[in-house]
Amino acid sequence: MDSKELIARRVAMELVDNTLVNLGIGLPTLVANYVPKGVHVFFQSENGIIGFGAPPPEGMEDEHLTDAGGGFVSALPGAVAFDSAVSFALIRGGHLAMTVLGGLQVDRHGRLANWMVPGKLVPGMGGAMDLVSGARRVVVAMAHTQKGVAKIVADLSLPPTSARRVSLIVTDLAVIEPTDGGLVLRETAPGVSVADVVRATEAPLIVAEDVRDMVLA
Amino acid sequence: MRTAIDPATAAGLVPDGASVMVGGFMGVGSPHRIIDALVARGARGLTIIANDTARPGVGIGKLISAGCVARAVVSHIGTNPETQKRMIAGEIAVDLVPQGTLAERIRAAGAGLGGVLTRTGIGTLVADGKVVLRVGGEDFLVEEALGADVALLAARTADYSGNLAYALTARNFNPLMAMAAKLVIAEPDEIVPVGVLPPDAVHTPGVVIHHLLERRRHG
Repeated sequence: MDSKELIARRVAMELVDNTLVNLGIGLPTLVANYVPKGVHVFFQSENGIIGFGAPPPEGMEDEHLTDAGGGFVSALPGAVAFDSAVSFALIRGGHLAMTVLGGLQVDRHGRLANWMVPGKLVPGMGGAMDLVSGARRVVVAMAHTQKGVAKIVADLSLPPTSARRVSLIVTDLAVIEPTDGGLVLRETAPGVSVADVVRATEAPLIVAEDVRDMVLA
Repeated sequence: MRTAIDPATAAGLVPDGASVMVGGFMGVGSPHRIIDALVARGARGLTIIANDTARPGVGIGKLISAGCVARAVVSHIGTNPETQKRMIAGEIAVDLVPQGTLAERIRAAGAGLGGVLTRTGIGTLVADGKVVLRVGGEDFLVEEALGADVALLAARTADYSGNLAYALTARNFNPLMAMAAKLVIAEPDEIVPVGVLPPDAVHTPGVVIHHLLERRRHG
C-alpha cells in the first residue's frame, strides 16, 4: 500500500452515513474509493453537483458534466445540479458535514496553509477558503513531510487559508487533532512509532495517553 | 422577442477596455463561439470576471493567449500557465477572489445589493484593506458587489423570449452573471420556439437577456 492509499483509507473512516462531503482535488479525491460498507455519503463537487460518479466509458462523456478539476464524471441516480451561489451556500451555510483538503502546512494552532507559495506558486484559492471557513469538519489529508521538511510547523511561513482551526490532520505517519491545548497525537500509522512522528513534526505535539494504531477502511 | 445575432456581431458589441463577465468553470459552460469571435476581432484591454482562466487553448484561456485581457478577476489561475506567465511579466493584472465570495459578489450586484458579509477570508491576505463588521458576536468581511459592462453566457436551451435553461455543471456562474451586467448575450446550444420551454424549466428569465447568439449553421 502506498502512502496516498494509506491516507485515503484512514480519512474514509471519518465518513458519516447520510451526510454531504466535499473532496479536494488530488489526494483527497482518492477517499471516494474507500467508502466503508454500509455508509452512504453524498459527494459534492463545488462546480455545481451533488451525486457525481466515476468517469463514464470513453465516448459516453457529456461535455456539460464535469468535476471541479474539469474532468468528465457521471451522475448517479438522485444527483442534483445547481449554480455556484447555491454550491457555496451549501459549503458556507452549515450544510456540508466534511471537507477533505490537501495541505502545504498546518501550524501548532491547527491553521492550514494550502493556497499559495509567495513568489513561486500563485494558483489562487479557488474554493479552498470557503471550504475551510464553512464546512462543519475540515480534514487535512497530506504527506507528513515534504522532501524531509516538516509540514506540521510551529508557525506558518505560508499565507493561511483561513483563521479557523481545522478538525483533523491525517498523514502517512499519524492522525493529529488540533485542540484548544495544542496538537494532540491520536494515532500512528502501521510500523510508525510515537518517536518517529515527533521527530518528523516541527510543532510541539501532545501525545495522547492512549495513542492507537490507525484503523483503515 | 429576441433576435439572434451572429458571433462577429456579438463580439462587436463588446468594446475594448470593457469589463466582461464570462460564464463557465474550466471552460465548461463557457460561450465558446463568442470567445472565438472576440479573439478574431482582436479585442484588447478587457477586464475578465470569471471563475478561472481554464487552460491554454480552452475557453477563456484563448482570450488570455490572444492578448485580449488586461485584468482577470478570478478564483484561480493554477490550471493556466499562460495566465501565470503573463501575470509575472506584468501584462495581466490578476485579482484572486475566493470562489464562493466571487459568486456572492456577482449575485449581489444582480440583486441590487451593495455586497455581502462572509467569514471567508477573515485572517488571510484576502481581508487586507477590507472592512470587518461584527454581527451577532462574530466577525464578517464586507465584500462589495461586483457588476460588469457585459456578460457572455452559455446555456443549453433558449427560446426567442430569451428564457434560458442550463445543463448540469455547465450552469455554474451563468445565471448569476445574467443578472449582473448592463448588456447580456447568451450562447445557447439550441433555440426553441416560444412555448416549448415549460415555465418551471426556465432557470434565467428572458427579460434580462438582450441578445441570443444564432444557432450553429450546418453545412
